[in-house]
Amino acid sequence: MKTAVILRVAGLFKNFGGVQAISDFHFDLAEGELLGLIGPNGSGKTTAVNLITGFVKPSTGAVFFKGLDITGLAAHRIVRLGISRTFQMVKPFYQLPAYKNMIIPLYSPRVKKLVGGKYGDRDAVALDLLEEVGFERDARVAYKVAGALPQGYLKRLELAKAIALQPDLLILDELFSGLSLAEVAGILPIIEKLRRDGKTIIMIEHRLKELFRIADRVIVMNFGQKIADGKAADVMESAAVKSAYLGTE
Amino acid sequence: MQKRRERVDRGINVRSGDVFALCSWREMLYLAGPRVLPVIAILLLPLALGIYWQKVLLSVAVFALLAISWDLLAQTGMISLGQALFFGMGAYVTGILNHYWGLPPLLTIPVAAILGGLICTALLLPVLRLRGIYFSMVTLILPLMLVRLIEATRIFGGTEGLTGMTPLPSRWLEIYVIVGAMLAALFGFRRLLGTDYGLVLKGIRDNDRSVINAGINIYWYKTQALLIASTVGAFAGAFMTHVYMFVGMPVFALDYSILPIAAAVVGGPGSLAGATLGAFLLVPLSEVLRGVGGLRIVFYGVFLVVFIVALPEGIFHFVQRKYNQFERWVEVDS
Repeated sequence: MKTAVILRVAGLFKNFGGVQAISDFHFDLAEGELLGLIGPNGSGKTTAVNLITGFVKPSTGAVFFKGLDITGLAAHRIVRLGISRTFQMVKPFYQLPAYKNMIIPLYSPRVKKLVGGKYGDRDAVALDLLEEVGFERDARVAYKVAGALPQGYLKRLELAKAIALQPDLLILDELFSGLSLAEVAGILPIIEKLRRDGKTIIMIEHRLKELFRIADRVIVMNFGQKIADGKAADVMESAAVKSAYLGTE
Repeated sequence: MQKRRERVDRGINVRSGDVFALCSWREMLYLAGPRVLPVIAILLLPLALGIYWQKVLLSVAVFALLAISWDLLAQTGMISLGQALFFGMGAYVTGILNHYWGLPPLLTIPVAAILGGLICTALLLPVLRLRGIYFSMVTLILPLMLVRLIEATRIFGGTEGLTGMTPLPSRWLEIYVIVGAMLAALFGFRRLLGTDYGLVLKGIRDNDRSVINAGINIYWYKTQALLIASTVGAFAGAFMTHVYMFVGMPVFALDYSILPIAAAVVGGPGSLAGATLGAFLLVPLSEVLRGVGGLRIVFYGVFLVVFIVALPEGIFHFVQRKYNQFERWVEVDS
């Protein structure tokens, strides 16, 4: 069992003008762990991820990745170190075929050496990766323009783009939102496989039933603060969590 | 015998999509024709034109280069309102090298293109983080600022400019250098934008967050696109200095900023070929309209408005669409 800490978030604060979006947010994440990050809408989950991935700079506090202080580092540098993420609102290049959408992540300096740079090399890798996340090769789905694909495939494409970067830490921001039960059931095994392969994963999710099936640990946020941290079943019993989700009398 | 109509391009697209397996001349001509025939026509055109219209063609090629340079920047998400900056910088650098040091045009033009490109890129580097209209505003202001700087400090000939530049050795060299440069830029950059590198550039325009999320430094790529585009613009300016044998404040004129944008919009932005086509239409039109005197700009304006309203996609995209919809009669198996 690996227990080395891969990510340490220490005392993060972020305010946008007068709004305190994140306050004293902290946690350690062990290598190979699957962490669920949950909380009501507007509780600061995505902001927390933006702070970790460098898309937003924290007001104070620090983020350490593999022992390295990455606070305030440019987002593209953090990606190169090995953190990759998906976005809640997928925005692919709609006029391009799905597999061409994979070219930009495969162009990343992080994977450039592994993929090769000749014309067409990336196309082949892109098609393989898309097949891994469920783009049926026989049906030639990967060749369809992204604008013609249903939401389920667009989410798979978003996942494939993040996996293409071969990250050490994968952050999935509401990957299941807007998907049908059948579509979620199709994507879950892919995440389970990533976990079996030893990938460290953070999942922001509102689909708690599915999340609790695979998460090792859950952190609950409300008003920018951590209100509970632990095993899924224990966390949901906490009074603070109940009041955050259901309100108090 | 029963017949039905069939799209010409369908079979060709299927056969040439993955593996190149076209075997009839007609099919190859269908694909190569729209590229090869205009190139041949452009190369033969100077032979058929008189001196006056040759000068117009020269001007067309210069504006086409500026329009291509504008379109390249636009495809990377940078809308420039100041192509005159690139043009003027190239013009002044070549003018200074030729006037003060007496260097020959065959040396000053390439040096001015590269040096001018580097200076323009350095000037715009601090504002590369600005997006949309904010970036555009700065590009609009810079050439206007440089004009006032030259006027106020009277450097490089001040309002008089620098005269007596060495002309290019021959009229034919002039015309074929600039036409060649235009074709090279058109086909070279079209190819560049079709590669994976080009996809990254276009990705920055469509969704820069997604490109950052691939670990790619978008400012570095924007800088590269800016350097390429400004080098092309500076080349056009340097070239024209040796044609006019003069460089002065008019090289920073608004015409060099606005006309390339009009050309790209009328011709069809996003394809480079559209920008070139636009220049081939607007520059000669402007010459023809000289006949109507003071009303010239009115007619020109009306033409632009009509075009933009009637064909918002641009001529190139319209023609391309129609070309792909060509049909032929084929026999139906009964």
